[in-house]
Amino acid sequence: MSEPQSIIIEAEKGTSLWADAWVRLKNNKLALFGLYVVSFLIVVAILTPWIAPYSYEAQNLDLGATPPSWAHWFGTDLFGRDLLTRVMYGGRISLAVGILATSVALVIGVAWGTVAGYVGGRTDAVMMRIVDALYALPFIIFIILLMVVFGKSILLLFLAIGAVEWLTMARIVRGQVLTIRNQEYVEAARSMGLSTPHILRKHVVPNSLGPIIVYATLTVPQVMLLEAFLSFLGLGIQPPMSSWGLLISYGAEVMEDTPWLLIFPGLALSITLFALNFLGDGLRDALDPKASKD
Amino acid sequence: MIRFTIMRLLQAIPVLFTVITVTFFLIRQAPGGPFDAEKPVIPAVKRALEAKYNLDQPIFQQYLSYFGDLFKGDMGPSFKYPGWQVEDLIMSGLPITAELAFYALLVALVIGVLAGCVAALKPNSPQDYIPMSLAMIGICFPTFLLGPLLVLIFGFGLNLVPVSGWGDLPGDKILPSITLGAAYAAYVARLTRGGMLEVLNQDYIRTARAKGLPEWVVICKHALRGGLIPTVSFLGPAFAGLLAGSFVVETIFQIPGLGRFYVQAAFNRDYTMILGTTIFLSTLIVVFNLLSDLLATWLNPRLRQQYSGGGS
Amino acid sequence: MFKPYLSPYLKLCLIVPIAFLITSCGQGESNVESGNRLGIAHIGNGAEPQGMDPHVVTGVPESNIINAIFEGLVYKDASTLEVQPGVAESWEISDDGRIYTFNIRRDAKWSNGDSLTAQDFVWSWWRGLQPALGSQYVFMFFPIKNAEAFFRGEVTDFDKVGVKAIDDYTLQVELNNPTPYFLQLMDHYSTFPVHRATIEKFGEAWESYTGWTRPQNIVSNGPFKMDSWQLNRNVKVSPNPHYWDHDRIKLNGIVFYSTELSTTEERMFRAGQLHYTNESLIDRIPYYRENYPERLQIAPYVGTYLYRLNTEVEGLDDPRVRRALAMTIDRDRLVTNVLNDIFTPAYSITPPGLLGYQPPKLFDYDPEGARTLLAEAGYPNGEGFPSFELQYNTSEQHRKVAIAVQQMWNKELNIQVNLQNKDWKVYLDDENTGNFQISRGGWIADYVDPNSFLDLWITGSELNRTNWGNSEYDELVLRTAPEAKTREERFAAFYEAESIILKDMPFIPIYTYSSHHFRHPSLIGLPPNLMNFYNFRDVWLDPDWEQKLNAKRAAAVSSSSGGAQ
Repeated sequence: MSEPQSIIIEAEKGTSLWADAWVRLKNNKLALFGLYVVSFLIVVAILTPWIAPYSYEAQNLDLGATPPSWAHWFGTDLFGRDLLTRVMYGGRISLAVGILATSVALVIGVAWGTVAGYVGGRTDAVMMRIVDALYALPFIIFIILLMVVFGKSILLLFLAIGAVEWLTMARIVRGQVLTIRNQEYVEAARSMGLSTPHILRKHVVPNSLGPIIVYATLTVPQVMLLEAFLSFLGLGIQPPMSSWGLLISYGAEVMEDTPWLLIFPGLALSITLFALNFLGDGLRDALDPKASKD
Repeated sequence: MIRFTIMRLLQAIPVLFTVITVTFFLIRQAPGGPFDAEKPVIPAVKRALEAKYNLDQPIFQQYLSYFGDLFKGDMGPSFKYPGWQVEDLIMSGLPITAELAFYALLVALVIGVLAGCVAALKPNSPQDYIPMSLAMIGICFPTFLLGPLLVLIFGFGLNLVPVSGWGDLPGDKILPSITLGAAYAAYVARLTRGGMLEVLNQDYIRTARAKGLPEWVVICKHALRGGLIPTVSFLGPAFAGLLAGSFVVETIFQIPGLGRFYVQAAFNRDYTMILGTTIFLSTLIVVFNLLSDLLATWLNPRLRQQYSGGGS
Repeated sequence: MFKPYLSPYLKLCLIVPIAFLITSCGQGESNVESGNRLGIAHIGNGAEPQGMDPHVVTGVPESNIINAIFEGLVYKDASTLEVQPGVAESWEISDDGRIYTFNIRRDAKWSNGDSLTAQDFVWSWWRGLQPALGSQYVFMFFPIKNAEAFFRGEVTDFDKVGVKAIDDYTLQVELNNPTPYFLQLMDHYSTFPVHRATIEKFGEAWESYTGWTRPQNIVSNGPFKMDSWQLNRNVKVSPNPHYWDHDRIKLNGIVFYSTELSTTEERMFRAGQLHYTNESLIDRIPYYRENYPERLQIAPYVGTYLYRLNTEVEGLDDPRVRRALAMTIDRDRLVTNVLNDIFTPAYSITPPGLLGYQPPKLFDYDPEGARTLLAEAGYPNGEGFPSFELQYNTSEQHRKVAIAVQQMWNKELNIQVNLQNKDWKVYLDDENTGNFQISRGGWIADYVDPNSFLDLWITGSELNRTNWGNSEYDELVLRTAPEAKTREERFAAFYEAESIILKDMPFIPIYTYSSHHFRHPSLIGLPPNLMNFYNFRDVWLDPDWEQKLNAKRAAAVSSSSGGAQ
């Protein structure tokens, strides 16, 4: 009955929110810088097989670990492999795991948390207790089983990590939704008879985007390091392929003798994380609905 | 409020039951048994071992007898360290890990809340970027890197603190606490900054400021209360995560805590130990999640109203 | 604008962590300094011990401690590993080599002062043979007459087993066959005596892991006794005043630390917390060679690092392919460049020179010859060769070797190998069930004899796992060698057997192990030996190590400059 009305609201709100956000993001230099860095890294990762200076697996045992030089800008590792190439290939894995696993965590976590927080009552209790139970299951056994049953596919590893990381996301989203669902505008929308999925999509989720984005940018490094931990235990990426996390964990062991093996992958990871955080903060500020009132 | 707490505690029973059941059957699906070793065990010896630990019975029978013993407070002997009961092993590691996690959380909160508040007061200015970038270090330096790095600088370079141990030498608790807490400091800082930014735009803060209250009163008394909600709902899982995730720090610093048992048990297929630590940790998670929900409710007047309304 | 209001808040928040963190900094005396002063050795001991019952445990960390707190009829010499009189001061062997008569020392005592008699051995061995006890080294008793039958329940009367106490101080052992290495078995901890009254106080004799091995309960008979055991921290022992050779013991105590991570162990060693590490960190070897060569202790070890090949897998079922794979591993480069030169390249399963036995060397690094062999097998230039997996269990060292070997095969033979890092139990499970193509393996001899390496590969042996079998080989190892009259004849049989297996190559030998430790120069009397065995009887700590080291260095400098003149 109130269909035409809702379309109008949707159209108005929809365009203004995202368009406003984009304008505000463009004015935030640091966020824009973050966006450029992240885009640059993704482009490099995609192009790596064509632009990498050396093969990531070809060895030169007689060369061994050498410090940075003209031939090898980042130096070489114990096997005489070019570190720049390995950092580039490692970036492919790390960025892919970061993006994929975080997306999985985001989708499941936001959906789960929103429904639990909004519907409330018994549904909420059951859904959150399921989260509690999943938290408590022995994670390593779970991963070992996945690997044994499905074989060691990298894609599966990403999904498995995402499937674990959504739990915290769900808790945070639910907490946020609990606050929002009692706000005046949500109550107004409800009194107007708008359907629940509509309210969730158009009011609740956009208004809890801030913490979601902040937590999502925090999840990216978390899943990258989790991947490193699993690979380190032998449950993840198999050599000679590598990831930033793995390169760093090996670099950390030899940092006193061959520090470049730690410094370059460490820098790559740090730059990515900083850029992501600037971008995340910028997005959060840009999407803040309250800011638009000013 | 009390009713809410009791309800949640009652809900914990099916949660724990599910966790135990799923874990019990899950761990037996993992390849390799607790007694597999490089040199194969003589069959007669293996049979004797399996009989000793009831592994020769049908699995459902084992499941029932495990529950029977559990209700008597008996988690059974560890398979890897059979001279000890699982509950003894947990109790030997728990005080150490709890202390470590507590200090780490303190480090995380102090650094994180401070950095987050300072940053939120002047967003998108150097006052924002500098503390937030410092807090980011905790994320960019994962535990397995930060630990050895701190040891190198403060242990060997400056010769200030011991390089390993827990409670053996004066000052040996400092580096592990910072190492474990650093990663969480960054999370707390980001969540606090986000939460504070939300709150600082709210009307009641403007009212408080308009009333001419000193800024620190506005921050500490009014803004922090609402701004910390995201942080607080993160604390429950964080503390449980610190307890379970102390494995790397405990290994790097030779700390005889619970984290080492928890991870090693999975690799040793130490069934009773896996179950024992899982039960223990899931109880902790339930309790801490409840506590952080209660705290979040208390901090948020709207929710408080709602729960007390629902309770009557 | 906010700044002045913020500062008190800031101050408050800063004081708390600073007060908390900077409690009491500054380093006191290190373990090595205090240890040298007090005569206490600090030893890195690897994994946390599972238990202290000599009849039950199997691991190396446990055996290091058990060998310090218990003693058998005989013990191993610290450097030569020759058998030395322990609880038995002497023994006679009958002419047919089947009857051993041990004379127990009159002054042999338990750590609580009780006398140790021949009956203690009879009871202890009866206990060791209880199937319910689950002793995994029970086969150490099997040369004794009827011991195996008793263990299997075929003989129920223990009097029929060939061990008798003639009187309190005379123990007679009757064997099935003359067994030249029988005395060596008597220095293994699974044949050590245990204290009956203590064990029976805490449970049945055949119950494993009862409370009797707790530090407050345990009664032992070795040079040391256990004082404390803190889980995941350390085990402390001190000299046993009732030990028959107590005056010989120079240390006032040993602390065995559980050190799981060799990087952490190296840091502890560098900070002066350990005298001796469980192993040396391979990545740090060049640093120590350069700066502290006297702190490195590297010595040959009777063990071989190898890759098992599943001989029933397509491609690997052809001996020519297996030989080609073995010939393409550049062991010299691998050992020198990847493993920092602490191991020795291996071309046979038995380490060269074991008791004077020289194994055959049937191949060398020869990629050209390998390509020819591969082409003969039907895979010219690797074409059509199925890609296969190389599995190894999680370890930095295994990973490095696998990465290097993978590239060698790929580069020289154009063969694609995928590396599979598996967690220990999955790896074992897959190896035991034959669910692998190539699997990392290693073998450390149980006793110093080529036989300990060669009997692995008997058809159907549980440690073979390659599906390889050869009746001629079995005959040589199981019949010809044991029945040989002389050492030359026996070694000739071994040589022939090893030639057969190296031609068929069900496994690829890669290198011979070394024992490698970091050792503080003040720790004296723990010499390296072939089995990496610790004997603490003559160990002492030299507080003047620094002067002596400097004097030695000065002498080295002056002699080298003298030589130059």
